[in-house]
Amino acid sequence: MRIACPYCGPRENGEFSYLGDATPVRPSLEQGVDAMLDYVFLRDNVAGEMQELWYHGGGCRAWLKVTRNTLTHEISAVEAARGAGAAKVGKR
Amino acid sequence: MSSQSHRLASGGLIDRSTPMNFTFDGKPMTGYAGDTLASALVANGVRLVGRSFKYHRPRGILTAGSEEPNALVELRSGARREPNTKATTAELYDGLEAASQNRWPSLRHDFLSVNQLASPIFVAGFYYKTFMWPAALWEKLYEPLIRRAAGLGRAAEAPDPDSYEKAWAHCDVLVAGGGPTGLAAALAAGRTGARVILCDEGTQFGGRLLSDGGEIDSMPSGEWAAKALAELEALPNVRIMARTTVTGVYDGGVHSALERVSDHLPVPPAHTPRQRLWRIVARRSVVAAGAIERPIVFPGNDVPGVMTASAMRTYISRYAATPARRIALFTNNDDGWKTVEAALAAGLAVAAVVDSRAEISAAQRETARGAGFAILNGAVDRVDGGKDGIGSISVALAGGARATVEADGLAVSGGWNPALALTSYHRGRPKWRNDIAAFVPDSPPPGMHAAGAANGSFGLAACLADGHAAGASAASDLGFSKSAGKASSAADAPETPLSPVWHVAGKGKAFVDYQNDVTASDIELSAREGFQSVEHLKRYTTLGMATDQGKTSNVSGLAIMAAVTGRSIPETGTTIYRPPYVPTSMGALAGTNRGEHFHATRLTPSHHWAEEQGAVFVDTGLWKRAQWYPRAGEKDWLESVTREVRTVRSGVGFCDVSTLGKIDVHGPDAGAFLDRVYINTFSTLAVGKARYGLMLREDGMVYDDGTTSRLAEDHYFLTTTTAKAGPVMQHLEFCRQVLFPELDVQLTSVSDQWAQFSIAGPKVRDLLREIVDPEEDLSNEGFPFMGVREVALRGGIRARLFRISFSGEMAFEISVPARFGDALVRNLMRAGEPFGIIPYGTEALGVMRVEKGHVAGPELNGTTTAGDLGLGKMMSSKKDYIGRTMAGRDALTAPDRQVVVGIRPTDKARRLRSGAHLIPMGEMPEPSTDHGYVTSVCFSPMLDQWIGLGLLARGRDRIGEVMRAHDPLRGEDYDVEICNPVFYDPEGGRQRG
Repeated sequence: MRIACPYCGPRENGEFSYLGDATPVRPSLEQGVDAMLDYVFLRDNVAGEMQELWYHGGGCRAWLKVTRNTLTHEISAVEAARGAGAAKVGKR
Repeated sequence: MSSQSHRLASGGLIDRSTPMNFTFDGKPMTGYAGDTLASALVANGVRLVGRSFKYHRPRGILTAGSEEPNALVELRSGARREPNTKATTAELYDGLEAASQNRWPSLRHDFLSVNQLASPIFVAGFYYKTFMWPAALWEKLYEPLIRRAAGLGRAAEAPDPDSYEKAWAHCDVLVAGGGPTGLAAALAAGRTGARVILCDEGTQFGGRLLSDGGEIDSMPSGEWAAKALAELEALPNVRIMARTTVTGVYDGGVHSALERVSDHLPVPPAHTPRQRLWRIVARRSVVAAGAIERPIVFPGNDVPGVMTASAMRTYISRYAATPARRIALFTNNDDGWKTVEAALAAGLAVAAVVDSRAEISAAQRETARGAGFAILNGAVDRVDGGKDGIGSISVALAGGARATVEADGLAVSGGWNPALALTSYHRGRPKWRNDIAAFVPDSPPPGMHAAGAANGSFGLAACLADGHAAGASAASDLGFSKSAGKASSAADAPETPLSPVWHVAGKGKAFVDYQNDVTASDIELSAREGFQSVEHLKRYTTLGMATDQGKTSNVSGLAIMAAVTGRSIPETGTTIYRPPYVPTSMGALAGTNRGEHFHATRLTPSHHWAEEQGAVFVDTGLWKRAQWYPRAGEKDWLESVTREVRTVRSGVGFCDVSTLGKIDVHGPDAGAFLDRVYINTFSTLAVGKARYGLMLREDGMVYDDGTTSRLAEDHYFLTTTTAKAGPVMQHLEFCRQVLFPELDVQLTSVSDQWAQFSIAGPKVRDLLREIVDPEEDLSNEGFPFMGVREVALRGGIRARLFRISFSGEMAFEISVPARFGDALVRNLMRAGEPFGIIPYGTEALGVMRVEKGHVAGPELNGTTTAGDLGLGKMMSSKKDYIGRTMAGRDALTAPDRQVVVGIRPTDKARRLRSGAHLIPMGEMPEPSTDHGYVTSVCFSPMLDQWIGLGLLARGRDRIGEVMRAHDPLRGEDYDVEICNPVFYDPEGGRQRG
């Protein structure tokens, strides 16, 4: 498998490490333990397209948001994951 | 020397001017360059080449390619001995040693062939049925017996002396297979300017053309192939790889290919690997892997001398070697008849053709008339014979009558199965085509296209057209607009359709899977016992599970199951494959990553100096660290380590701590960032000060610890443990990029940029005054505990000095650019000589940290909280940080959690060992009374006894309690006292000076 890093170009998957679902947003302290439990432990088992976090540790050290189909492994988009998990200010 | 009794006087693609000597089971024989081991054995009249896996039946050569299930031999000897190698693909070289397998005491007299007599117990599923009781005998009796009886070849017992490597290649169009289809595809794509890689598993390109001849573009096909190859070689954008099998296809157009660089040589040339594993990234690929002829299943179809028809004519035409003097053919299609033509052209006798079809062409009848052999409409239902070859061939004629054919070779053709494995590796299910009674590729991986015989187009004209079209369209898809040139042409004779024959019933064993000894009756039994799905069939009978992956057997087995259960073949199922297409050696998969090169080795800046001192090194992750520095006269490690500790605590010593992870944190928000990743606060840390920090994972457990210093308002220098240097960097980048993008902060790994030494002991200042510029104030006032600053060394080098202590002594850490590390360590030794300086290793470091009750890896084990480690007070309540919310969960703050305590045996002479469980006195050791365990131990020179740290439930309330240390692993049981984890200088006066 190869991932097209937006900074380094297409690179082999050995340069990357996988984290998981890119959609959970880190709750603020005020949201409490239930929201944090969801954030830390609960994940959907997606069959199909999902957004995933990959780390280009063997390259530019960018965290990437990779749109990948878990059934076909087809990667349709790769972008920087900047702010993907950031708590949305004012939305508690 | 054998006479090559079965070599034709002329013809073939062998080089008769280059004879090659080899041995088979110790017997000297001769072949020629261009031979495979199999063809050379055929030329020497060898029929019996091995014994079968389960029944130890005598077996001969069945095929002439990588689909071979029978002719598996051991090649070479000693450390290069290589078991289960296919004689049909092993190229002959001068001096080759080959040996048959799975026989004892000899191939001709095999003791375990008595297994045939016991065959009722060796039916499908015999493991599950026969060795059921008593269970205790499995380990001691059944399994060793089965393993001895059933193993094939013997692996070498010495390390492989050869080297292997891995390589990457990139192209626009990868063509797998160099027969007519592959050559046509490569030409078409190559002419457009596309970058093409053409692979073939053989030495020579041409595929079936090498055996079957024919005419292409009005020239002999061999001439055409040579011309095609020459044109490809002249194209700078085409790379031709012989002896290279495309073995797999992965996501994103990555293909694996195994190149047998030196397998055809006795010993690889200098600096040349034995094999090379390629990863080929191709934007498009054309599978031109051809097709595999399938045997027909009938009793005695494994007698040596029975061969696939195409293999027989390959031996005759390509290798000028005759598997038999008088052959018979059993076929259900026209292609099989080509073997008759080849045999007749070589001057061999043809005994008869048994054709299952009623309709025989006029030309075939003419051939039979001319050569004087009979055409029998019917089926071979039994071959008698054994280790000496075929005795007689019994034929059931279509009308019900019987006939017997006398021949010493039987060519069998049951039709052809496209070699579609590559197309199914992404779970693309092949589809059934009734007209050719075979599966053809369907839904191959993206960018892959099967062509020619691999796609079910068997005629030469069809292969050329299909290959050309596939190569041209792959290139034009990619935007190569230059002309693909004209397709080559050939004329295909009209064919009478094949009539499927899978299994001819009769008395005796009829083999489907030769390598795993699976018979037709095993499949019938599997159906009777309810294992009718293909997946069950495979697992119950082991059909297709041998190293040949059922290349000659899967479809036949499926067809027999379909017939038994009254379903059509596509209703019964399809069979798909997994990579690799051919067995791949562990050496090739490992490449250069073996022995000391299994992973990279990281050396500390003082490594070479430490080596000069005779240090003993320990692997910690990728690092080699000095563990202790033995001195003459010291009888063991403990004596050396004890001396090192005593010297540090009474004088001065230093330790290379460069392996700690080091991260520069820069930016106006650096402090705010650290506040969010550490449980304690760093934004308030004064410039010029260091602070111990603890990080949690988001689930509330401790992740890592280390000291972080503030070098400037917007510049922190963070250290991690050695083990977590990489993961912490990744974690911090995650926090910075994904969670807190609003913070203006940058991270830089500087682990390799700094050589860092801990210098500890009461005489540390005396030593430092000798190497630090005399202007620098190192007094308690001028350089207080936890102070940090850049200093000038004598001679002008700038260094960072940190007044931090892990040992509990008055200590500094000094760091200099890594390139000065070696010089610094030599200077320390020279300047420290008057003070009795010594280097100390990681063992002494560990002893001093246990004496001080500092936690390390064994305590930071992923299950402990800050509170468990006695560091709960560090958790700030004034801010959010990673892990804060989850660390507040009830279970993580429960009063009965196991927390860090000190432990010492009540018997001062007793050795303490980590891993021992802590059981209350008077209780039986069992899970409910297991209150904790010992995590770290050492012999403390200061307390003159073994001490340790442990995790104990409600441990802080149990100081002074005597407990039982129970160690069932080592059979030890003794009393220990629970104590404060800080054994030495609990007030900390020594480090504060």
